Amino acid sequence: MIEFNASLIEWSRAQFALTAMFHWLFVPLTLGITFIIAIMETIYVRTGNPEWKRITRFWMTVFGINFAIGVATGIILEFEFGTNWSNYSWFVGDIFGAPLAVEGIMAFFMESTFIAIMFFGWNKVSKSFHLTSTWLTAIGANLSALWILVANAWMQNPTGMNFNPDTARNEMADFWAVLFSPTAINKFLHTITSSYMLAAIVVIGISSWFLLKNRDILFAKRSIVIASAFGLLFAVITITTGDSSAREMAKVQPVKFAAMENHYHGRSFAPLVAFGAMTPDADTAKKQNFIFKIEIPNMLSYMAFASPNAFVPGIYDFTYGNSEQGILSFTERMEKGRLAINSLATYKTAKKSGEDSLAQASLAIFRENYKHFGYGYANAPEDFIPPVKLTFYSFRIMVFLGGFFLLLFIYFFWISIKNKVEGKKWLYLTAIFSIPLAYITSQAGWIVAEVGRQPWVIQDLMPTMAAVSKIETSSVQVTFWLFAITFTALLIAELKIMLTQIRKGPQNEGGH
Amino acid sequence: MLRFIKNVFYLYYDGFRSMTVGKRLWLIIAIKLFIMFAILRLFFFKDFLKTNFSSEEQRSEYVIDRLTGKQ
Repeated sequence: MIEFNASLIEWSRAQFALTAMFHWLFVPLTLGITFIIAIMETIYVRTGNPEWKRITRFWMTVFGINFAIGVATGIILEFEFGTNWSNYSWFVGDIFGAPLAVEGIMAFFMESTFIAIMFFGWNKVSKSFHLTSTWLTAIGANLSALWILVANAWMQNPTGMNFNPDTARNEMADFWAVLFSPTAINKFLHTITSSYMLAAIVVIGISSWFLLKNRDILFAKRSIVIASAFGLLFAVITITTGDSSAREMAKVQPVKFAAMENHYHGRSFAPLVAFGAMTPDADTAKKQNFIFKIEIPNMLSYMAFASPNAFVPGIYDFTYGNSEQGILSFTERMEKGRLAINSLATYKTAKKSGEDSLAQASLAIFRENYKHFGYGYANAPEDFIPPVKLTFYSFRIMVFLGGFFLLLFIYFFWISIKNKVEGKKWLYLTAIFSIPLAYITSQAGWIVAEVGRQPWVIQDLMPTMAAVSKIETSSVQVTFWLFAITFTALLIAELKIMLTQIRKGPQNEGGH
Repeated sequence: MLRFIKNVFYLYYDGFRSMTVGKRLWLIIAIKLFIMFAILRLFFFKDFLKTNFSSEEQRSEYVIDRLTGKQ
């Protein structure tokens, strides 16, 4: 049995979660607000109305501050790959390397060039060139996100690669299969469209603050009409992409899907738990326990396989197997995983000692069982059950708040086109308090995606426990707190700048 | 060509000079990058495999040994 340091694994996970969640505080606003700004500037260029220029410049400043706060926070994740997750980095090196290299080049050349023109180019370049730069900044930011999301999607659904047993690395065999895997397409579309919703909520929330303070009314009303239309459009697309993401998940990550629904016993005509509260021991008891639940009949079967009578396997079907449905148990997969690990070890030893026939025979066994490779590291089949409670609640937080934002967009858009936005204090307060809720929703989505797939860092191939470097736990603890303290301090300083700028409101001219 | 380079230079030069809130943001970015690269990267986030092994072959041997339980 391969031994791992549990404390090191937990601290490494905590550190990665902290830095990833910190990074994700800034990314979604950048992805969405750049398009909102581009739309506003397009109206300015087409109408020549200076008020639209004032509006554009204000939101550009908000974007600039958010961009500055968030810039380079993602680099810490890359540091962690090399230090804390060296086995993983080595194992995926070539697959991760290509998309990240493209992302780096694109981000640097597209974003840095066109952002400079966006901020410094007013009155220096033509209106149309400035507008083009604004649109290209938005497109560049979103294309940058594409590559990192493709890399993440590969971890959820590894495809288009071959494992090289001589180097212990996965090598890309089909770039297009990696780029256009259904998981990658769904992940990219769902992530960016939900980010557009967040950006729309931020614009509506800040504009509502101006309305609450009874100042810059025209600016606020115009910002709201653009943001609510933008938010409404992408809320509908987010729901569609969420649905296709869930369907894809049911196929390629069925345990995550079952965990998301607290679905332990597989069945046909499976209901969806719309609301539910789980007992405190639900996770530790490794069984389905609800205090209460409200179900929608057949909905889970429909959600997973577009058929109300489809069989939706539960967590126990995977843990203990279901021969009727042709599902191998985790125990069986653990045996195959160990066979793969042992045959890789035998292959390497035989190759070194020149025993070619043994090496080839071991390699054949390894290849046959490679798809179960990661299962060989666990001690018990229950080790493959993700944290159900956190995944279940995070999913519901994401869905219910997403639904609430949809209603908010509809209402704001409706009253905007009817010109009845003014004098609704309760609505302004709701919109302002929706800003933190939008961030909670966005983080909850990632918790579903990442916690729900535990214990995997690469689905079926590498569990988190096998991915960590053999380093001292104390060094991870030190960097965890160092990062937490330093970046919290910087975040507070930067948020102060953001709030000061918002209080100043839209300006007519001057630098950003 | 020379004129183009001059125009690009002045775009950045004038842009940085006329910045208001941007100056504070650049200061924060500089502090952040300093902490990240001069402190965190240099002292805390060394690349484990590059630091401990000198060749790609040694690194792959080590990872295989780790993955197969020999280390």
